[in-house]
Amino acid sequence: MKGWQQYWRQFSLFALLALVLTGCGKDELSALKPSGPVAAMQFDLMKLSSAIMIGVFIVVMAIFTYVLIRYRKRPGQQGIPKQVEGNHALEILWTVIPFLLLIIMAIPTVTTGFALHKEYPKEEAVQVKVTAHQFWWEFEYPDLGVATAQDLVLPVGKKVQFVLSASDVKHAFWIPALGGKIDTNPGQENKLWLQADKTGIYYGKCAELCGASHALMDFKVEVKEQADFDTWVANMKGVQAKEPVTATSPLAAEGQQIFDKSCLGCHAVAGKGGKMGPNLTNFADRERVAGIKAHTPQNIAEWLKDPQKMKPGNKMPNLNLEENQVKALVEYMETLSVSEKK
Amino acid sequence: MSAHASHAPNRSGLWDYLTTVDHKKIAILYLIAGGIFFLAGGLEALLIRLQLMYPEIELVGAKTFNELITMHGTTMIFLAVMPIIFALMNAIVPLQIGARDVAFPFVNALGFWLFFFGGVLLNTSWFLGGAPDAGWTSYTTLALNQYSGIGVDFYVLGLQIAGLGTLIGGINFLVTIINMRAPGMTFMRMPMFTWSSFITSGLILFAFPAITVGLVLLMFDRLFGGNFFNPDAGGNVVIWEHLFWIFGHPEVYILILPAFGIISEVVSTFSRKRLFGYSSMVFATALIGFLGFMVWAHHMFTTGLGAIANTLFGLATMLIAVPTGIKIFNWLLTMWGGQIRFPTANLFAVGFIPTFTIGGMTGVMLAVPPADYQYHDSYFVVAHFHYVIVGGLVFGLFAGLYYWWPKMFGKMLNETIGKWNFWTFFIGFHLTFFPQHFLGLMGMPRRVFTYLKDQNLDMGNFISTIGAFGMTIGTILFLINVVVAAKSSKRAPADPWDGRSLEWAIPSPPPEYNFVQTPLVRGLDALWVEKMAGNKGMTPAEPIGDIHMPSPSFLPFLMSLGLFVAGYGFIYHNYVVVVIGLLLTLGCMFTRSVKDDPGYHIHEDELEEKGVKA
Repeated sequence: MKGWQQYWRQFSLFALLALVLTGCGKDELSALKPSGPVAAMQFDLMKLSSAIMIGVFIVVMAIFTYVLIRYRKRPGQQGIPKQVEGNHALEILWTVIPFLLLIIMAIPTVTTGFALHKEYPKEEAVQVKVTAHQFWWEFEYPDLGVATAQDLVLPVGKKVQFVLSASDVKHAFWIPALGGKIDTNPGQENKLWLQADKTGIYYGKCAELCGASHALMDFKVEVKEQADFDTWVANMKGVQAKEPVTATSPLAAEGQQIFDKSCLGCHAVAGKGGKMGPNLTNFADRERVAGIKAHTPQNIAEWLKDPQKMKPGNKMPNLNLEENQVKALVEYMETLSVSEKK
Repeated sequence: MSAHASHAPNRSGLWDYLTTVDHKKIAILYLIAGGIFFLAGGLEALLIRLQLMYPEIELVGAKTFNELITMHGTTMIFLAVMPIIFALMNAIVPLQIGARDVAFPFVNALGFWLFFFGGVLLNTSWFLGGAPDAGWTSYTTLALNQYSGIGVDFYVLGLQIAGLGTLIGGINFLVTIINMRAPGMTFMRMPMFTWSSFITSGLILFAFPAITVGLVLLMFDRLFGGNFFNPDAGGNVVIWEHLFWIFGHPEVYILILPAFGIISEVVSTFSRKRLFGYSSMVFATALIGFLGFMVWAHHMFTTGLGAIANTLFGLATMLIAVPTGIKIFNWLLTMWGGQIRFPTANLFAVGFIPTFTIGGMTGVMLAVPPADYQYHDSYFVVAHFHYVIVGGLVFGLFAGLYYWWPKMFGKMLNETIGKWNFWTFFIGFHLTFFPQHFLGLMGMPRRVFTYLKDQNLDMGNFISTIGAFGMTIGTILFLINVVVAAKSSKRAPADPWDGRSLEWAIPSPPPEYNFVQTPLVRGLDALWVEKMAGNKGMTPAEPIGDIHMPSPSFLPFLMSLGLFVAGYGFIYHNYVVVVIGLLLTLGCMFTRSVKDDPGYHIHEDELEEKGVKA
């Protein structure tokens, strides 16, 4: 091969590296920007293993490039190259060195592995029961007596012990910036602990193919200061203990009527309603509509008019609402808040 | 025609190919069928990448996208690369061991037709109510009736039929390599491609029954209301994963080992050197095959098996890096001190080395369970296995095709088009899959039909789609090359590359009996040994005599057609059709058992004529 073809290959690789490495993703999402001890431990292992592997790659590429340039057939070259059978010393060398490299990787693999599989009792960690559904997430805090959906609320700097399962098909629970990942198996329970070290919003994903809207099964993690978290729990509890809030305007009152008639069968609000769909007690506080779209009245209206359009294959039927009914419902749903309106 | 006819039955054209039991023609059938499925799988891949070119676009719907990814994976693994491997094994392995035929020519034809009809059955799902959409792994519960459509029935039945074909094909090659070697061709003188085909066949023997068991259980769940995997009725969803991956992991090695074999042949031929560390290569291949069965649960680190299982499977997986590393360094040292030429075959082989090294490295990274919790089911994994399967296997297959094309078809592929083919495919490949490592770490799960704006995932996806066009151009160039070669009137010489192993000792393409006289093998790289001793060709191990050949037969086609028909009967719950189909198959089996068919002989005089002509 001509020398320039070698450079070409390396040039294209480096160009790519430069291009991709300019950004390491979004803080709220990327596993390359860990925001908690679990993600940090995992990131350390990634760095260690990729450093070793890049080292190996450089050695291989150095020999590779040298061989291709030095031993290419030249015009007029005569004779037959020496037919080498092998070399025991060399072969042992490149058997033993990988072994040693693997041992370097194996030790933190074992220790981190067991650290990540620890289970924390309720004295040491907030307990959260996660149930995955097609295509939304249900979060219960059994010790706090609170339940929510789609937006997971956590206190900062505290361990959270998740117990996870699924109601229909297998899903996987993944918050890259806080740490990954565990499957939610129907009929079984899995455990996972995470911790967020910074307040803010993080993005969560479903990572296991679970049907048509698998790609849209996102959720948000809202990490609050401990005091704010306690307030949130208290507010949620307060609301859940009593009947849904009374509507604040005539339009909202109309919306509430429609809601009570058509929606409560599946959706819980405060202490009332079913568990088929997401709990809507604190709907107005949520970051996103359906876990994916910006929280705007337009998007809520769009969802209500045709739920299958935004998330194909989800279980909410089209209620064939009229324009003014949608308006009323949106008005009412925007009052479903447990904190100060954003 | 009498029982001991002395002439080959006169057959030509399509009928010849429908009834052939000649391993070289079966190789061509495998290549054509596998090639067509490869194009289908490639088209599916291109649609996938187009859908992901920009965030939140609607090109294909969510459901169609899931069908595309399912069919892309299933097609590429079972219906494209496996058959092309079988094509090369059929075309070359009997020649490399100095055999006149495979052990069971009839079974060999049956294996092809079963694969073919299984593949056709699976692909007709596109037109009959929707393709399977539960992923190529068909994880339960998503693959159960309650959550997915009729497509999964096509998956379950198509793969059972195709899998039967692969299994008997594998058994045939095990027996062929054990029993049909020419005098002097000891195990430790077999070319690496034959060695890797041998170990691959062994893996097929043990791995395919596992998927068959899984598919039968899933079939009972879906068609007859069984509850093996249904958690609502006490079934267990994780059992399917175990069955699938007990097959699925060795499958990865079933695919990659023949590619290793091809690379070993090509690199050594074009360096004009014997393979460095041949015996350690054999040992490494066997060890990889063995370890391949020990590590299936590394696909299930996030399933919840616990810290102990995950750690053990993780460490066992890392071990595979050692024999794989031995191979990489042996190839480098084979080139060291050689006279390296770079026709297209060797370009692909040389391009394989860094590419596969990257795939192997990310494989070791994935073997660290705590880190895998971040990689698993993300685009990092998608990047990894495409580096291994495309960067390893498809590069290997291209190398093998360019290398052995003259032997298979008697025509040389064009080198200029070949080089364009290599560079477009190579650059396109890296553009497509390299950014996907980062997309995965930046939080993109696999199998998503779209992604939202403002997640910093746009640029990586865009580059990736551009790269897919490069691979498409490369593939089209290969097709053009095939047409150009077919139209060219120039015939390929018997030994165009200054080859080392036995297949280059006979004309291109070989006559139907391969070797006029069975060769006597006097060392590793049998032909090279003779060349170095100054001989014109192989020393024969027997006098010239009549050659016994098996009769062609239409039964393998009909037998597979019967199962194909029965498959539709099962899918549509029409048991009359099931019975008709199974009766056809059983009737053919009965006919085959009672009909005496001793084959025919090619007479001595005729033989010399043919030998001269060919």
